[in-house]
Amino acid sequence: MAENKLINACKAVVIGGSAGSIEVLLKLLPALSSPLSLVIMIVLHRKNSTDSSLADLLSSRTTIRVQEVEDKDPVVPGTIYLAPADYHLLIEKDEVFSLDDSEKVNYSRPSLDVTFESAADVYGSSLVGILLSGANADGTAGLNLIKARGGVLIAQKPETAQAAFMPQHAIQNAPIDRVLDVEEMAVFINSLSRVN
Amino acid sequence: MIEEADIDLVLNDLFEVYGYDFTNYARASLKRRISRLFLLDKFPSFAEFRYRLKSDPGYLKRVIEGLTVTVTEMFRDPLFYKALRTEIIPTLAAKPFIRIWHAGCSTGEEVFSMAIVLKEANLLHKSLLYATDLNPQVLEKARRGVFPLVQMKQYSENYIESGGKNDFSAYYTAQYGQVKFDESLAEKMIFSTHNLVSDRSFNEFDLILCRNVLIYFDKQLQERTLNLFDESIGTLGYLALGSKETLNFSSIKAKYRQLNKEKIWRKIS
Repeated sequence: MAENKLINACKAVVIGGSAGSIEVLLKLLPALSSPLSLVIMIVLHRKNSTDSSLADLLSSRTTIRVQEVEDKDPVVPGTIYLAPADYHLLIEKDEVFSLDDSEKVNYSRPSLDVTFESAADVYGSSLVGILLSGANADGTAGLNLIKARGGVLIAQKPETAQAAFMPQHAIQNAPIDRVLDVEEMAVFINSLSRVN
Repeated sequence: MIEEADIDLVLNDLFEVYGYDFTNYARASLKRRISRLFLLDKFPSFAEFRYRLKSDPGYLKRVIEGLTVTVTEMFRDPLFYKALRTEIIPTLAAKPFIRIWHAGCSTGEEVFSMAIVLKEANLLHKSLLYATDLNPQVLEKARRGVFPLVQMKQYSENYIESGGKNDFSAYYTAQYGQVKFDESLAEKMIFSTHNLVSDRSFNEFDLILCRNVLIYFDKQLQERTLNLFDESIGTLGYLALGSKETLNFSSIKAKYRQLNKEKIWRKIS
């Protein structure tokens, strides 16, 4: 497939989103083929709450294991990880997660930029960064860092996003490789998972 | 962009010149903290940042403050405090004396929250609250018991959600945008510097709280710290961690039983 030329051996996909992103994930997750050979990390802006109902909700849409991250959990391929509310999500060089409750970035904790940057440090050119619907500018700076380390950038087609600002902002300010709707995103991720 | 090798150099400087050992802090977060400080203080080069740090002990204060995360609030995670009130504190009530350690207490919001919980259980008079941090500046703030007025609305909501029955504002007096908490709450508090990286156990406690501190450590330092806590907790004492922290990766796990879905463990052997 043409998409595969973008990236040789993808190890991780990091997906960031804000307003309107949960709906996207509820469509995307059921369309992903199982088993998954790579790891997917999801960072969403959400209300500060300690309940884990979002992980349960996402989990109900796929047979792939969905897990909300706890500190120092190892990154296991074939898993979809969700950043917990009110913590930044970071990845260490030895592929364990670290959480961080320092000040908000772009008015957000978790911040998409923080996780994108950290993932870029660890996965370099084996990383795909995907930015979904949202109403602020978080994510764009992080996508630029993913690109600087050789990774691949995807933005949701703004006309399919409930809040077009965030993907639009990224398309204007970062070298996005593909602009995709949700169905195309699923096909793309499945193709990455297959090549491995 | 700051590289790994730069981080190593700064950590080495901090240890060689000042004796602060950050080498087993979680690296991804530490890198963020150092990059942030470097950008905020607008150094033209990384070498100049290092030079300033090595040659200016006054700047060290800023670096320590910048590298350590001091975010905290009163009655943070109200349901945790509810569990303290209903499940933990009652089991300590019969003791002649209650010793509590807040490890990594930052600016003290959690210690004052605990004092309020103990006071409402009518146990504060026979309790001692040890509050430690590696950063002397935050301890100075904690000692004063003065916090910004703007946060009181949130804290009051947290307090009520935690099961507090009083008027929260009765615990402080407000003046010039700040509030000062009642002196009687602070009477049983002892503030002291203590570095979890290098210092040892100093007492035996009925309850140790160390919430959202271990997330900044790597697994090796987490293990050291948890062992230090284990040495400092009496049998049937408690250990409370942050909402996303766990004993699962530690060798002390077998000696503890997790109580409920809040992150509270009881030492059973």
